[in-house]
Amino acid sequence: MKAEAKLGFVLLLTPLLLWLVLLIFIPHIDMFLVSLRERVGVGKYETSLANYLTFFREPLYLWTFLRTAVMSTVATAITLLIAFPVSYYIAKIAKGRMQSALFLLCLIPFYVSELVRTFGWMILLRETGLVSNLLQWSGLVDQPVEMLYNDAAIMVGLVYTSMLFMVVPLVTTLESLDDSVIEAGYDLGGNAFSVMREIVIPHAAPGIVSGCIVVFMLSLGNYLTPTMLGGKDSLWFTQLIYSQFIVRFNWELGAAFGFMLLFLSSVIVWGMLRLTGQTLEKTMG
Amino acid sequence: MTPRTIKVSITALSVALIGFAQQAGADTLRLLTWGGYAPENVVEMFEKETGHTVEVTKSNNEEMIAKLRATGGGGFDLIQPSQDRIAGPQLEFGIYKPIDISKIDKSLFIPSMLDATMANTTVDGEVYGVPHVWGTSGLVVDTKKAADVKDYTDLCNADVAGKVSYRLKRPTLIGFAYAMGLDPFAAYGDEAAYTEIMNKVEAKLIECKPNVKTYWGGGDELMGLLRSGEVVASMAWDTGGWKLNADNPDITFVAPASGALGWIDTFALPAKGQADDAAYAWINFVMKPEVAALITEAAGNFTASKGADEFASAELKAQYQASFPPEAVDNIKWYPPVPAGLEAIEGGVLDRVQAAQ
Repeated sequence: MKAEAKLGFVLLLTPLLLWLVLLIFIPHIDMFLVSLRERVGVGKYETSLANYLTFFREPLYLWTFLRTAVMSTVATAITLLIAFPVSYYIAKIAKGRMQSALFLLCLIPFYVSELVRTFGWMILLRETGLVSNLLQWSGLVDQPVEMLYNDAAIMVGLVYTSMLFMVVPLVTTLESLDDSVIEAGYDLGGNAFSVMREIVIPHAAPGIVSGCIVVFMLSLGNYLTPTMLGGKDSLWFTQLIYSQFIVRFNWELGAAFGFMLLFLSSVIVWGMLRLTGQTLEKTMG
Repeated sequence: MTPRTIKVSITALSVALIGFAQQAGADTLRLLTWGGYAPENVVEMFEKETGHTVEVTKSNNEEMIAKLRATGGGGFDLIQPSQDRIAGPQLEFGIYKPIDISKIDKSLFIPSMLDATMANTTVDGEVYGVPHVWGTSGLVVDTKKAADVKDYTDLCNADVAGKVSYRLKRPTLIGFAYAMGLDPFAAYGDEAAYTEIMNKVEAKLIECKPNVKTYWGGGDELMGLLRSGEVVASMAWDTGGWKLNADNPDITFVAPASGALGWIDTFALPAKGQADDAAYAWINFVMKPEVAALITEAAGNFTASKGADEFASAELKAQYQASFPPEAVDNIKWYPPVPAGLEAIEGGVLDRVQAAQ
């Protein structure tokens, strides 16, 4: 009996272990070793920290990372602001079939690939696009307006792309909140604001935190949206990594950038958790 | 762990690994090439004639080399990088294998082009490339709306502000350098001189940035921008201009005053290619004049195949002659091999231009 249970445990664990070891650990170790190499001549390499020093010495790379981090944070905040009322409505106010229908509506855009969704935004926002034509038709503007290729367009794309990843954890946590607790809050003399602040938000905190982490990481690691919607002014850290690997053949620097992204984003998430007094364990629990 | 669990684990591991293993038959030619270089009708003819099967993967210069580098030269049997991208990567990464010239029918090639390509792709006395398709990059201009654009630097003129585009890649750097009266190819061997030239180009491109609508990334994106009229002048390949010319006679390819940049895409064998015979058979097959003409039809560019011009369509010939008067042909600047390490200098410049406000 005991041996069987053990076998079952091993079998269940195998896919996870294989996945972790073959697809996460080994490539990362390899990447780390690559990032520690410095090219000293044609086909010759030495072990050094030169690539990491390049990251800190060249203001452009640090600046790009900061820009990416700040924009991702703003995108996360906007996503939360939009997703919270939506999730609250779905979880608490809508009932029955309406509830599942609304939830499905949030889900449907994600049946289409990210590339197509982003391209949809390009069709809407471009100079000869739908929005521009509509504005001209209504007489609000007298010449075509270009709404693509700026930071606002990137922001729209990021928020749209990550909306679902905020709505799902929020709906799940909000659904677990008993309606009677909210009613009790009102009975005890609370108003809408204090009930929201004292009861709903503390209860939803794990959902908010996990949603924010996922959205932040997705935005930070997004390549497609900033490239397509940002055009000439898009400057995203993932683009730097891509161009080091593919265009410059400089895998060493690219690998170092990859590790800096991993390290710095972990630091930011950890800092945010500390700042808001949350822990990862509470979020998971 | 009991022996049984170990066995189970090993089985699970091998099942997982089989999924990754490439099943490569001896007569399957895995071709890594550009869009249009292996049109379906040509692939069918080849398969019928030789019995080999062809798997086509489409890519571009940088990705081709990145892919081969990742596998140490495996995964494909024949690839088609530009001739300037063979010697450098071969020295640096050793991703190609030498071509056995005796297995290639030299009479099918235009001799001058074959010799030039072989000379440019020779490393340590071994030849690594033979020519296939050639063409140029220059300017695609809407002649009604941007008649004054005659050279790369004219893209920075005030009258086309906000309506121009180019790629943020090395051809742009080279093109601008020539238009500014500099000679980047002559400085290829001298890193200091090349850095100086690139710094001047960087200043110009940053100054020019407000004029640019967006940096285009792919051919289709550029086509969309030009067709919709959002962009009236752009750096582009000749075929792109001719394709647009067929839809809208105002738009056409213009060889810049400082000279169009000429490229030759080659055939090269990856270091770990497994179907060399099929690869040689493919080269000799597609270089036949009548087959080469089919590729010209699909890709829009001419090939290094001798006598294929006769089979080319009259329309393409007319477009070619309109864009390239004889003196413009003599003025084409052919890319010399890129020495290893130049990409790092260019990379810094491109990053800073992208970041400039």
